[in-house]
Amino acid sequence: MTRSGGIGTLAWIVLVAVAAVIVARAHYTTDLSAFLPRNPTAQQRLLVDQLRDGVASRLIIVALEGADSHTRAQVSKAMAARLRSDHPFVSVNNGESAGTERDQRFLFEHRYLLSDSVTPHRFSVAGLHDAIEDTIDLLASPAGLLTKDLLPRDPTGELVEIVGQLGGNAAPRSADGVWVSGDGKRSLIVLQTRASGSDTDGQQSAVEAIRSAFNAAVAATASTTHPQLLMSGPGVFAVASRAAIIKEVTRLSIISTAIIVVLLLSVYRSATALLLGLVPVASGALAGIAAVELGLGVVHGITLGFGVTLIGEAVDYSIYLFIQSRQQIVWPTIRLGVLTSICGFASLLPSGFSGLQQLGLYSIAGLTAAALVTRFILPGWLPRSFRVRDLSPLGQTLANVLRRTRGAPIMVAALAVVSLIVVYTHRATLWNHDLSALSPVSQADQDLDAQLRVDIRAPDVRYMVVVTAADEEAALNVADKVGTQLNSLIDADVIGGFDSPAHYLPSQAVQRSRRDSIPAPDDLRARLRKAVAGLPVSAERLEPFLADAAAARAQPLLTRKDLDNTSLATGFDALLSSGPQRGWIALMPLRASPSHPSYIDDARVRKAVQEAAPGQATVLDIKGEADGLYSTYLLEAVRLSLAGFAAIVILLLFALRSPVRTVRVVIPLALAVLAVVAGFAVLGRQLTLLHVIGMLLIVAVGSNYALFFDRRATDAHAGSVPLTLASLLIANVATVASFGVLAFSSVPVLAALGSTVAPGALLALIFSALLARHLPATATTPAG
Amino acid sequence: MRASNPRPAAFILALAFTLAGALVCPIGNGAPSAHLDELMSLLAQRQHGHVTFVEQHFLAVLDRPVESSGELFYDAPDRLEKRTLHPKPETLVLEHGVITAKRGRRTFTLDLSSYPQIVPLIDSIRATLAGDRASLEKIFKVTLDGGLDQWQLVLTPADPVVAKSVRRILIEGARDIIRSVEIQQADGDRSVLTIGPEVTQ
Repeated sequence: MTRSGGIGTLAWIVLVAVAAVIVARAHYTTDLSAFLPRNPTAQQRLLVDQLRDGVASRLIIVALEGADSHTRAQVSKAMAARLRSDHPFVSVNNGESAGTERDQRFLFEHRYLLSDSVTPHRFSVAGLHDAIEDTIDLLASPAGLLTKDLLPRDPTGELVEIVGQLGGNAAPRSADGVWVSGDGKRSLIVLQTRASGSDTDGQQSAVEAIRSAFNAAVAATASTTHPQLLMSGPGVFAVASRAAIIKEVTRLSIISTAIIVVLLLSVYRSATALLLGLVPVASGALAGIAAVELGLGVVHGITLGFGVTLIGEAVDYSIYLFIQSRQQIVWPTIRLGVLTSICGFASLLPSGFSGLQQLGLYSIAGLTAAALVTRFILPGWLPRSFRVRDLSPLGQTLANVLRRTRGAPIMVAALAVVSLIVVYTHRATLWNHDLSALSPVSQADQDLDAQLRVDIRAPDVRYMVVVTAADEEAALNVADKVGTQLNSLIDADVIGGFDSPAHYLPSQAVQRSRRDSIPAPDDLRARLRKAVAGLPVSAERLEPFLADAAAARAQPLLTRKDLDNTSLATGFDALLSSGPQRGWIALMPLRASPSHPSYIDDARVRKAVQEAAPGQATVLDIKGEADGLYSTYLLEAVRLSLAGFAAIVILLLFALRSPVRTVRVVIPLALAVLAVVAGFAVLGRQLTLLHVIGMLLIVAVGSNYALFFDRRATDAHAGSVPLTLASLLIANVATVASFGVLAFSSVPVLAALGSTVAPGALLALIFSALLARHLPATATTPAG
Repeated sequence: MRASNPRPAAFILALAFTLAGALVCPIGNGAPSAHLDELMSLLAQRQHGHVTFVEQHFLAVLDRPVESSGELFYDAPDRLEKRTLHPKPETLVLEHGVITAKRGRRTFTLDLSSYPQIVPLIDSIRATLAGDRASLEKIFKVTLDGGLDQWQLVLTPADPVVAKSVRRILIEGARDIIRSVEIQQADGDRSVLTIGPEVTQ
């Protein structure tokens, strides 16, 4: 070992030790929002915040499937009873009616504070007459029979009014006293967790509490067949994917390592060579994780999963070192290959997805470290007698095959044309435009979630008025004002209805004005006497109304605390919450009118909202914003990829000093990308922006192989052609294998990247070889 | 589909909506089985109906009865619609166990299954439509008076929950024509639904 080699080794040991310490102390996360885009517009930020921390993120739907309906109902009741006393949950609702009665009593007792109709006019002679007449009309309808007994106390029908205000939220079906799905085959429990959706540990304890409640409930049933537990919700996804990612990273690493070890052992037939070959890989992995921790402050589980591709790529350099003779190894070509890869991965750094930034930084640091270790440390460590199996025969065979392949460029050109035609004919269905395509949650889980949401009749809201204000009272105040405008839009049949936190708890100001509009008892009595003239009811019968109204004048105003122990608290909290940094946010989801159920004239809504509360409320088009978000990020991915591609081309132009040679290197890569896209089209797999990133990586990784077929590189080292070919094939197989393993990942982000890069890298090598124009006619035995 | 009399459907309608109003009404044993079976199968044959109605409610809380009128629609197997035109327009649709009510500017959706005391009634309507007398008699004690040409069905709740709100239901008709449905509530209030002629399309 030379003196400089000794210094190098020393430096390596120090760096590895430092990196190991950083890696050991790094922060690891599996937060799915790393692969949710960051937020370009205020409205989109609102949307993403809601997805991440909003009340919607704290929803867990539990379904019980199988066994008979009686057993399911029993289990549902036992689970709910146990979970209601559990700390992780704010609310547990399975449709047992105890809560409903409490809610109705609350609404009835506070009807003069809660009803939108309570104004001074309501208590005028004319107002009372109209309201009482309406209530009597209602008695003639079946709905009125429900409220018949209330007439003496509530002749103006305030309870009916309030129920109408809250009426949009259809409850799930019930059977055996608990909520069930539309087809009656699942019983349902809807829970709200205390922890926010992005608090994975908190969500995990909630999920565990549900599981143990289920196990206890099942154990207590007499039935021999047990139902099955299904869960869905953002928190459930977060917990499941954290577990999946951890399992996946371990699994992928083991499979990938095993494949590479078997490959290298069968090639080298030397344990020493194998161990030495893995040194750059391990160094690279350490450097990559350390760089991500230092640069981004946290390491994502998916980054570690993606890290397995580094095994396949970083091992390439030692393959070149070992197989191509030490004298003739083409360091400049390898260096250029490393640089093009870095260019490709570097274009992920400015991405709006912190997850993609991680992958980029990890790969850059990992590849650089692996290349440096291979170049400067590894040669000094090779024993003097170091030899791997002579691969000249394999290389010679490859060279012969290539030389005999006449008309290869025509075949490649034909394939390119076919690919172009395929891509063109599939252009309409090529892209997946749905934001959920990016979701790190598997399609099966997304389907289950959609099904359960239908089961609980969660409204499919497209438009929502979003109010932002400094405090709760201000937010409710604006919600009240907007509500007044929206009520007139209901009258105009622009919308069918809306939800508002102010329906559950009006602002103090509004409550006060409602309370103040109730006349003094004697006054009201006199007015009532006049109001019932001509109606089939006498004022004497309505004595209880006068008593209630008098009591209501002295009633304290309602606060959020009064909603405790009613299911109204859940409804209210779902619509009003303190934002992460920006004061309070009130949500007012809109429902379309039944006369045009799939259309809301959002321009008119915007105008009305703008008039009601200028600058304090906006209309959020959830689907539109989500689609916009997706388009923005698709565009970003395309831009980043083009920038990365351009950087690679400029680098090649600069290094090769020839536009023609650059074009010759790039063409096979471009064709590989085209063929892969055509392949996806033929298989009917739609592309997302992750596939776009994958295409960039095909160029970045594939260029490593294409460069070896560049004329000067091959000419200058004509004698090593067979060995170069052999080493390229083995290096390529290693890379393709590691990306290929990724393609079978159950984490969609990894699967998309793997399934794009693996075939792309292979095709890049094949096309480069087939299109290479200057393979020497004969090959000599290498000197090494 | 037979073009003749739609009133059996109206019977189902009236029954469904009255019951849907949260009140409950039943049918019983001891009826001349042969006749009842015959009547049931007549009723079950209906595929479609469209009639007018007048309904009077006699409520203790009011000094005089309130009256409403409108049209009833029925489509087999389980879609029923009651369109009240006077005094206030209101539309009620019962479909698959869910009531959708449109009154004024608001539309309400009410899932009958959320009211456990009504579930057996809706099941009984389905049973009637299917001609499933056995299921019906689980909930009602059914008595059939008179002959098929001029009959009166008396339905008495067999279910104690139902009995709390409904004393009995009287349905009068001739062959497969229903003339009136009277619902007597446990508290003494009652309503009488009088069915008019078929509305021609």
